[in-house]
Amino acid sequence: MFSDIFNTYDWDETRQRIRSKTDADVAQALQRKGRRSLDDFMALISPAAEARLEEMAQLSRLLTQKRFGKTIQLYAPLYLSNECSNICTYCGFSFDNKIPRKTLTDDELLREAEAIKKMGYDHILLVTGEDHIRVGVHYLKHAISLLRPRFSHISIEVQPLDQDEYAQLIPYGLHTVLVYQETYHEKNYRQYHPKGKKSNFSYRLLTPDRLGRAGVHKIGLGVLLGLEDWRTDSFFCALHLDYLEKRYWQTRYSISFPRLRPYSTQGKLNGNTGFSIQPQFMSDRQLVQLICAYRIFNEELELSVSTRESEKFRDNIIQLGATTLSAGSKTNPGGYAVEPASLEQFEVCDERSPGKVAAMIAEQGYEPVWKDWDKAFS
Amino acid sequence: MNTLKIADKEFSSRLFLGTGKFGSAKQMEEAVLASGSELVTVALRRVDLETDTDNLLSHLRHPHIHLLPNTSGARNAKEAVFAAQLAREAMETNWLKLEIHPDPKYLLPDPIETLKAAEELVKLGFVVMPYCHADAVLCKKLEEAGCAVVMPLGSPIGSNNGLQMRAMLEIIIGQSNVPVIVDAGIGAPSHAAEAMEMGAAAVLVNTAIAVAQNPVQMAHAFRLAVQAGRMAFEAKLGTKKKNAEASSPLTAFLE
Repeated sequence: MFSDIFNTYDWDETRQRIRSKTDADVAQALQRKGRRSLDDFMALISPAAEARLEEMAQLSRLLTQKRFGKTIQLYAPLYLSNECSNICTYCGFSFDNKIPRKTLTDDELLREAEAIKKMGYDHILLVTGEDHIRVGVHYLKHAISLLRPRFSHISIEVQPLDQDEYAQLIPYGLHTVLVYQETYHEKNYRQYHPKGKKSNFSYRLLTPDRLGRAGVHKIGLGVLLGLEDWRTDSFFCALHLDYLEKRYWQTRYSISFPRLRPYSTQGKLNGNTGFSIQPQFMSDRQLVQLICAYRIFNEELELSVSTRESEKFRDNIIQLGATTLSAGSKTNPGGYAVEPASLEQFEVCDERSPGKVAAMIAEQGYEPVWKDWDKAFS
Repeated sequence: MNTLKIADKEFSSRLFLGTGKFGSAKQMEEAVLASGSELVTVALRRVDLETDTDNLLSHLRHPHIHLLPNTSGARNAKEAVFAAQLAREAMETNWLKLEIHPDPKYLLPDPIETLKAAEELVKLGFVVMPYCHADAVLCKKLEEAGCAVVMPLGSPIGSNNGLQMRAMLEIIIGQSNVPVIVDAGIGAPSHAAEAMEMGAAAVLVNTAIAVAQNPVQMAHAFRLAVQAGRMAFEAKLGTKKKNAEASSPLTAFLE
């Protein structure tokens, strides 16, 4: 299990190792023939690599095109519920946040799905808060089987489940599970997640192991960028990925880059949550560095950039390493058709329609891909 | 140049194309036309079988172009056989490029599941073209299973590394009774020419063309390289024969 490896690392020491990487280390990582190591990844995400960002971007673009061609995959999130039994100090769905709660009924779910289908989507990501009672495995089974005839590829981003629960969902049409560790800083993790099942750091940490054993096709990893030092957290995420790829070799992997935004979270973080650590906001430049570092480290990895990011950033990142984009996203249950005005989980930054985003992709000589899976592959 | 016969079809072009990774369907179409290819492979997973207006397929409607559906995405024989049947119905062809890769990172073919699926698909009446390792024994077994061709890889798919499996490919070509098509790893026209000179019946190219700065021109370059390589192969055969005739028999003194 990943904990066997994870426990041999120390956060502060790792952070120091990244900070002590030199330009020579970065140059070596860039020039290396063949596959790069975790140590190279460390150099690529280090402050020393900032001076070689253009070089990294050029290489990242080449490697991405070699593997993925000039294509960008598109998907839409469908929020099923904002019920949540956790307290997370950075999230709009947090249990202690007094917002109207909603879980879609069958009829509402189908109306939302229809609206998404009309935009052209064939790949869908189902999102819920973390509530084992209201949106437990039975609800998910039901939701997936309702959507199965309409979409070629179904992903979920919900509370971590047990191995046999994941295994139960696969025959219904589950392909991909996204589960972000948020942070690998074990001690501070408890401060961000003081209540609810999510406060159990190691249950979350071992979720990808359970997914791998259950035989889920694709696993999406990530950290909430800005919660802790993004370099250290990203190193641990890469370490996790490296372990998983070798262990669960039949699984595909993707990385997402949820980044804390000052405008959407400031009030909460500085508010009355008793939150002592200031978020460490990550700049656009640093996010580009991270995306390129992942690509150079792992040529086959899918890299996903959501509508949290700005139009300008997304327009440019498709040439630099990203392979997957969402577009026209609504982050509230019912947001597409049922109840467009309800409260969102996070503020969407790029509000363009999927059609507009697809046109932008095509303008850059890339093909927007709506379908890259088939129901034939269970 | 000899034509290439596979099942009931004859091909004057020995360059087969993949249709993924292009910047647009239109660019893909132009590249396919420039390549002169008559057989292009299309991933079932990329095609919307529920509409008649699929973007990819609508750009491949030319009388000289035959579609070769592939099962990319299948992880075992069962999935591949199911996908093959869907593809046969939707694309109205019993030709099939059999791809089974349980490993999504390197996309390496599973020899055991591929052989299993090939046996079954042949029985179901498919013209089976299996993507496989450059493994001479496996290729013989696929031939015995009734596959129309074998498609060993030149090097890992998408790597553009050329014929790193050269020694094995030579053995496979040397002993095969079905056409050997080098699939995967061909990154430059010179690699394609090399495979053809070696005696490959055809090559299948995708990444090297799709990702080139000018895919249409690169497609044309591959067309020429494949022709040149084939001509050289055929010419070499002729030359050898001539030499043999010209030399006096070493055993004449025995008479």
